[in-house]
Amino acid sequence: MKVYKIIEKKHIWFGISLAIIALGLVFMVMRGFNWGIDFTGGNMLHFDIHQTYELSEARNVLEKLDIDFEAKKAGDTGQELIIKTVDLSKEMQDEILDALKQKWPDTKLVRAETIDAIIGKELQKQAVIALIIANIGMLIYITFRFEFNSALAAVLALLHDVLIVLSFYAIFYIPVDSTIIAVILTIVGYSINDTIVIFDRVRENLKNMRKVPFEEVANFSISQTITRSVNTSLTTLLTITALFLLGGETIKDFTLALIVGISAGTYSSIFIASPLWSMFRGKLKTAKA
Amino acid sequence: MHQRKEWGKKPKMNSKTKSLIKIAAIVIVAAILAYATLCGFQIAGYKIIPIKESIKLGLDLRGGVSVLLEAKPKPGEKVTDEKMTGAENVIRSRIDQLGVTEPVIVRQGNTRILVELPGVEDSQRALEIIGKTASLQFVGPDNEVILTGDNVKDAKAVYGQQNEPMVSLKFDSEGAKKFAKATEKYLKQPIAIVLDEQLISAPTVQDVITNGEAVITNIQSIENAAELAALIRAGALPVDLEQRQVMTVGPTLGADSLNKSLKAGLIGVVLVFLFMLFYYRIPGLVADFSLLVYIMLVLTIFSAIGATLTLPGIAGFILSIGMAVDANVLIFERMKEELRNGKTLRAAVDAGFHRALTTIIDSNITTIIAAIVLLYFGTGPIKGFAVTLIIGIVVSMFTAITVTRVILINLVNTRLFTNKKLFGV
Repeated sequence: MKVYKIIEKKHIWFGISLAIIALGLVFMVMRGFNWGIDFTGGNMLHFDIHQTYELSEARNVLEKLDIDFEAKKAGDTGQELIIKTVDLSKEMQDEILDALKQKWPDTKLVRAETIDAIIGKELQKQAVIALIIANIGMLIYITFRFEFNSALAAVLALLHDVLIVLSFYAIFYIPVDSTIIAVILTIVGYSINDTIVIFDRVRENLKNMRKVPFEEVANFSISQTITRSVNTSLTTLLTITALFLLGGETIKDFTLALIVGISAGTYSSIFIASPLWSMFRGKLKTAKA
Repeated sequence: MHQRKEWGKKPKMNSKTKSLIKIAAIVIVAAILAYATLCGFQIAGYKIIPIKESIKLGLDLRGGVSVLLEAKPKPGEKVTDEKMTGAENVIRSRIDQLGVTEPVIVRQGNTRILVELPGVEDSQRALEIIGKTASLQFVGPDNEVILTGDNVKDAKAVYGQQNEPMVSLKFDSEGAKKFAKATEKYLKQPIAIVLDEQLISAPTVQDVITNGEAVITNIQSIENAAELAALIRAGALPVDLEQRQVMTVGPTLGADSLNKSLKAGLIGVVLVFLFMLFYYRIPGLVADFSLLVYIMLVLTIFSAIGATLTLPGIAGFILSIGMAVDANVLIFERMKEELRNGKTLRAAVDAGFHRALTTIIDSNITTIIAAIVLLYFGTGPIKGFAVTLIIGIVVSMFTAITVTRVILINLVNTRLFTNKKLFGV
């Protein structure tokens, strides 16, 4: 079996992650997130034009109505139109539909949402609180089953995954709606599982390799479990990628974020969590000596 | 073994045959389960409905209107639990008038009510009917409130003498008494009928009315009269309601989303099956079988607890199938390590399971801890997510540890496959 030198190259791994997160932070500060109506409040109207059309033409039609809006094309054949606006009256919604119908007579409203920003903000707050408590719970369990250093490393790796996903949303300006909460929860669940599998092997190997330095034990353990890590993320990515490609417009952003998150989770389990554990352990030893 | 020798019969059924029978039994049970979930059947009064019909679909998949309402207290009042229950009941009886099949009306938290109306396309009309406060008042010329909708026993849409639409009201005995007194007091004066603070009509009292009946005229059409009558019958909302969230999904988009996500999911799952089969060979085939059991069990549990399947829910479930492979992968990788170390097949299978077990348990318990916290501290969608996650983890552990294990051990026992290559080494 080939033993990969993961721990020694930790600066490269940390560097890659920090670069992505730093870029994400720059975008977050400079441009901010593309908040969806779940968080800003407002309307989302999804039309089926039932024929090919130019987005610029649709914009022209809408601009005549004197409303603030964002418009984008949707659907497999690009015949659908999604617009987001600030809070609109029902009359105004009807006017929009009528205006589009004048240009394209077969236009139909297939989906509409009106949301008060309070709901999204509440959900967000709740998710953050729940996540913090969940992380404390995991910290305690991992400390109990392993040691505090590993618990801290595992939880930091989770934080890494969350930051990577947030950076992804910020850099590519993906609309942030309430499904981001489901994305983050899924990734935390997946990533911690992935990390513990590796830590479990480290714990087992530590018993049999007492005289070997921790770094080598960690490298050896990662190498032993890497096929499993790759295969599990592969099967998970297979299902989610199929959904991304074929699952329709409504879940495209959601599944794309999951793909990024699952990849980040796999990456952090191998390249972030174990090097961190080794680092914390090293620090502890020098402190003791 | 000793016993059998003593009996002096033919040699016991050899363990090979026994193992084959065990495998066959598991496959048959699974096949029956599959048949039950897919097609449903009926035995001696027990009816199993196919999963397609028993599992509830969210509005995003079947189309309809969903409204989240938040109660605001009326001036000078508080929103109490009692009032919320009252509001819930009023909304329910109003929706019954609409003739919606399978409406959902549930409380969310202390002050919110979620209303889901499958199949309804005109969100505006639905909202009007749900949200109307429908407080009916009879007001005297000196602004004295004579009686309210609470005293109305029955309301019906009828045609008057000139064929004009109107609502005929019947008061309860208390209301009849009050009304008799008022008509006496305000004889030849107008009594105003006010609905939701809007003056509907103000007929002049011609006679003292003692039979407890009155009519509301000045109504545009018989449909309007019927709607008004229905609102009065249902009673007034005890609280004011504000719309927090309104979602309308057209039926075609819903059906389209369902078809697309199921098709995509099917392709994804088939790819996972093929991957497992080609990478792990015989154990992979066993894992695929376990996965089928996993899918059926999870769907059965979803339908048993009455979970509603939404689009993100389907995505999560399909993702969980990819993740459920994990326990199998862990075991098989361990098995391969043991095989490479020169262990026999049987010993490798045993060691693989044994050593992977702590890993499976520790990694899944950590995830379950997170899920339980979410379940406890979250509401609505977060809670739903946590439940799905817990079901997925527990069932995947169960299928990997029992189904995969029992079949694989027995398969090795049959000695039909002795080539280690068949085990992916």
